[in-house]
Amino acid sequence: MEIPKSFLGYKRENGRAGTRNHVIILPVDDISNACAEAVANNIKGTIALPHSYGRLQFGADLELHFRTMIGTGKNPNVAAVIVVGIEPKWTKRIVDAIATTGKPVEGFSIEGVGDIDTIAKVSKKAQEFSMWASEKQREECPMSDLWISVKCGESDTTSGLASNPTVGNLMDKLEPLGVHLCFGETSELTGAETVCEKRGKTPEAQAKFKKTWNDYNDFILKEATDDLSESQPTAGNIAGGLTTIEEKAFGNFQKIGGCQFIDVLEPAEEPTKGAGLYFMDTSSAAAECVTLQAAGGFNIHLFPTGQGNIIGNPIEPVIKLTANPLTAKTMSEHIDVDVSKILSREMNLSQAGDELIKSTLRVANGRLTCAEALGHKEFVMTKLYRSA
Amino acid sequence: MSNTDIIIHDEKDNVGVVVIEKITPDQDCNCWIMENDKSVSIQSKDEIPLGHKIAMIDLNEGDTILKYGHDIGKVVKSIKKGEHVHVHNVKTKKW
Repeated sequence: MEIPKSFLGYKRENGRAGTRNHVIILPVDDISNACAEAVANNIKGTIALPHSYGRLQFGADLELHFRTMIGTGKNPNVAAVIVVGIEPKWTKRIVDAIATTGKPVEGFSIEGVGDIDTIAKVSKKAQEFSMWASEKQREECPMSDLWISVKCGESDTTSGLASNPTVGNLMDKLEPLGVHLCFGETSELTGAETVCEKRGKTPEAQAKFKKTWNDYNDFILKEATDDLSESQPTAGNIAGGLTTIEEKAFGNFQKIGGCQFIDVLEPAEEPTKGAGLYFMDTSSAAAECVTLQAAGGFNIHLFPTGQGNIIGNPIEPVIKLTANPLTAKTMSEHIDVDVSKILSREMNLSQAGDELIKSTLRVANGRLTCAEALGHKEFVMTKLYRSA
Repeated sequence: MSNTDIIIHDEKDNVGVVVIEKITPDQDCNCWIMENDKSVSIQSKDEIPLGHKIAMIDLNEGDTILKYGHDIGKVVKSIKKGEHVHVHNVKTKKW
């Protein structure tokens, strides 16, 4: 298949392009959710992104909170942003950072005003932003404007056999076109960590990966009551035929094909070393991982599943693929791309990769994903430790 | 094309994965090597369920199991070509 050279996206002020055109109402903290949700209910064409944190966090955990908030606002799938927080200082810090993209952004704080008057003020601004964004048109954008993140979930043997290698095939074909790519799931690489480390393109990238994985492993050894030998692979994995943690990890690892990563990102960190594959230090919990990747600036997500994970994200469309014929049948409303024909050899890996590229471009051009049509908007902050 | 019973990821792999509901002892199985799109065949010795692995060659204690072209563990009890490969004869090298 000849790979298309372009897709139809929304060009943004800073040169990036979005696959979506959202106007978001972003609460800084848990107690501002009610206001944000009231505004999104008032003004059509806006979405609120409620979450559970943002108070009394400190140190690296607070920095991650800010990075996630700011990155979400900066994502090119977002046309304009309203930030609502209980107090003005943290609100302003987020507004100022998002404003560096050149997109419309305003902040409001609730203290001394109350919910009702804040909702009225924010609604007026939200209406203005929504109507402004509604006039934005899709334009032809080069493939290199695609920033694709990947993560798998509810994996079974069909994931390592077929759906993860399908994603790897797509990566192998799109990397030469200057696409940004991102994989994560630090914990799930356990067992394949030394092989993964060698996939670093430079000694610096390799060393950074090694440190990131070791830090994770030290944390597990400190917190865990036993090693992972009893839980990895899980009883369900073993029943399904997975024998060792290495086998599980290499199944996961198929998602990056033959690509090498050029840098290792902190959770929610934006890549700065140009096109290519990045590893981001993330949890392997689906919603946490995708939220961090979206905050890193990725504008379309590929999610291979075996038993049928149903996750979505409010700003980054999540495309599900499965090679499990039963999941494709029983959970069809969640599956965007069915590659189960690989198992019966009616389709080879390259054909499956081509199908996934076609579906990715349809979604990039505006087709709703299953998760979007079903209203999945999981926005989940990663918490590094408890608040003060 | 005849039905595929077993998928082998990489040409280097010494195990394949059953992709039909199960294979039975003495069954002649069609294997597909995904990496190079080639076919090979093997006769099974055990009943092996969907998603589980079959030995493509004789394996001795201490040998390394290769899947995806990578080391996924060591043989702890010798395995004959066509036998079921799982937790009873293979262990992680990690712990």
